[in-house]
Amino acid sequence: MRHIISILVENEAGVLSRVVGLFAARGFNIESLTAAPAESGETSRITLVTEGDEPIIEQILKQLNKLIPTVQVTNLSDGPHVGRELMLIKVTTERGQHEHNPRDEVLNIAKIFRAQIVDATPAALIMEVTGDNDKLNACLAMLEPFGVAEMVRTGQVALSRGTRK
Amino acid sequence: MQLTGAEIVVQCLLEQNVRTVFGYPGGAALYIYDELYRAEKRLTHILSRHEQGAVHAADGYARVTGEVGVAIVTSGPGATNTVTGLATAYMDSIPIVCISAQVPVGLIGNDAFQEVDTVGITRSCTKHNYLVRDVRDLARVIREAFYIAKTGRPGPVLVDIPKDVTNTLCEYTPSNASVTIRSYRPTIKGHIRQVRRAVEMMQVARRPLLYTGGGVILANAWKGLQQLSKSLNLPVTHTLMGLGAVPSTDKRFIGMLGMHGTYEANMAVSHCDLLVAIGARFDDRVTGKIAAFAPQAKIIHMDVDPTSISKNVRVDLPIVGDVRAILEQINALIQEENIPSKQVDILEWWEQIGEWRKKECLRFTQGEQIIEPQTVIETLCRLTNGQAIVATDVGQHQMWTAQFYKFQRARHWLTSGGLGTMGYGLPAAIGAQVAKPDQQVILVTGDGSIQMNIQELGTCLQYQLPLKIVILNNGFLGMVRQWQEFFYEGRYAQTDIAVSPDFVKLAEAYGALGLRTERPDEVEAILRQGLAHPGTVVMDFRVRRESNVYPMVPAGKALNEMILGEIL
Repeated sequence: MRHIISILVENEAGVLSRVVGLFAARGFNIESLTAAPAESGETSRITLVTEGDEPIIEQILKQLNKLIPTVQVTNLSDGPHVGRELMLIKVTTERGQHEHNPRDEVLNIAKIFRAQIVDATPAALIMEVTGDNDKLNACLAMLEPFGVAEMVRTGQVALSRGTRK
Repeated sequence: MQLTGAEIVVQCLLEQNVRTVFGYPGGAALYIYDELYRAEKRLTHILSRHEQGAVHAADGYARVTGEVGVAIVTSGPGATNTVTGLATAYMDSIPIVCISAQVPVGLIGNDAFQEVDTVGITRSCTKHNYLVRDVRDLARVIREAFYIAKTGRPGPVLVDIPKDVTNTLCEYTPSNASVTIRSYRPTIKGHIRQVRRAVEMMQVARRPLLYTGGGVILANAWKGLQQLSKSLNLPVTHTLMGLGAVPSTDKRFIGMLGMHGTYEANMAVSHCDLLVAIGARFDDRVTGKIAAFAPQAKIIHMDVDPTSISKNVRVDLPIVGDVRAILEQINALIQEENIPSKQVDILEWWEQIGEWRKKECLRFTQGEQIIEPQTVIETLCRLTNGQAIVATDVGQHQMWTAQFYKFQRARHWLTSGGLGTMGYGLPAAIGAQVAKPDQQVILVTGDGSIQMNIQELGTCLQYQLPLKIVILNNGFLGMVRQWQEFFYEGRYAQTDIAVSPDFVKLAEAYGALGLRTERPDEVEAILRQGLAHPGTVVMDFRVRRESNVYPMVPAGKALNEMILGEIL
């Protein structure tokens, strides 16, 4: 099962490599990882998506807690949470291969997925899509036939619902 | 007051009551060494012959004293040479602070002379590490390093200090205040409900067994363990790291368990209905085949490190905390509630253990021609009444020492259990002898292991350490040879060390006393002569070449699938 783990760490040099090194050394898997300064500048929040059965996840949580600069570790998948990921996707829109104007169709798909067009040239569009993992996958699948030149995803970030921390 | 970084390093060491450090100087460490020179009267520096030796010596010092061991090395190769020492200490949870010098801040990342990414290299073999880029952080970092090294599950902490930082002035305020790190707060006391539950489980068990490890030693918890074992009449087995917690001659002690454990200990684990693990971590050398480990038992696990709990074996009752505090809680509860000793209800269990003991699994026969290695250890134990501080290297001699030296006291046993570091023994024994100049310190080693850090004989002689070195010399890398005999059809690939130095002459070359025998009837006389000599002694015992360590549980087999000796 996939787990979204939120790790609050002291914002100090080398802290990210401690977290990543731990996963590498113990053979845990990282599906995605994002890191940025948290509410106060003193801490950083790392949001990490991993997969594993219950004992593995328990070890991951304990091992993360054991790192000295770790302030708090939360398994967001334990409770209700909101997760989001951002994707930038560059789609080619040249005429030729398609019967219709591909640009119109791509724009239609963008509308369905509430994507923003953030760059446009005669040959390509870049759109920005935000959502959960499934939504981004669905959007990507729809756009692939048009030719996805490049794509980048931030990896998931998440917060628990309500006041729970 | 304004001090340089190097002065702050020395002041902070004195603040922590450090009186002895081990180390090896070099270019980037020069300012620190200049301060050590000035502080000579207050801080003794022991010069090793290799940085690995300095870290192992700090480790040995820490194991016998319970204090934090300190090693100081230079940048680059000085730092990389500490890696084996740090990894050894990390696996065995030994508190060490290692101060490594680094190239000046401005040169970091430039591939400067003697530059390596020390914090990067040591990240996975230390409990924590620091690079101090600003002298204003230096005092705080050193104080934190000591605090982290000795609290919670202890371990090595490395502080990397660039050369220019050691030569920069900074305001320094002496401080003995306790350190607080908001992201690091080890649990001390056990959860009272869990403690109560543990006592209940011990009360109803019919076949209980205490399985204890290095954590009991590290937490200075052996008194509490002895009390628990005595008050409830519970059998005790120790891991390799746990030896000495209960005197080996105690009637409730049933020997070491695991790969080379006793028949009775391994059978007891396989048949107990309650296994109480205290400061032990279910290492694969202890459990054998996990699925068949303590198959009928409920398991209680007390440990200061939550990651150790349910890592290898699912436990029924975890208690996180300092095992000394937990044992005190348990013993207090037993007293308060007048819980009776388990005499009658586990009588059958003790009878069964008695049956297993009758196997005498450590029995061997000493003939007239060739020295059996066990004879040397047995005689050594008898001559020292099991009271010496004994260090070993790694291999057959290590297991024979664990089996045949009947330890009477905790913190008298130094061995690399987790990492299995050949070359650990001599420098660790040096650290122990420096810490305890008036006690008998003995190194038991093999002809393979001793050569992995033999240069430290120079350190022994420089400081006139009365260390006694016992080499069980069989001309083989014996433990690997044993595995080749058992599991690789006797193909002795690269385990015959055909050429070793003449250890007697080598000892003499360093200025030590060298003794040798190959005759069984001379073993005792040589040991007596060596032990009585005031200086460093190397005793070379030519023992049977192809002796095996028994019992043995082959890797991956269940604990009750032991290979017993030829004569059993």
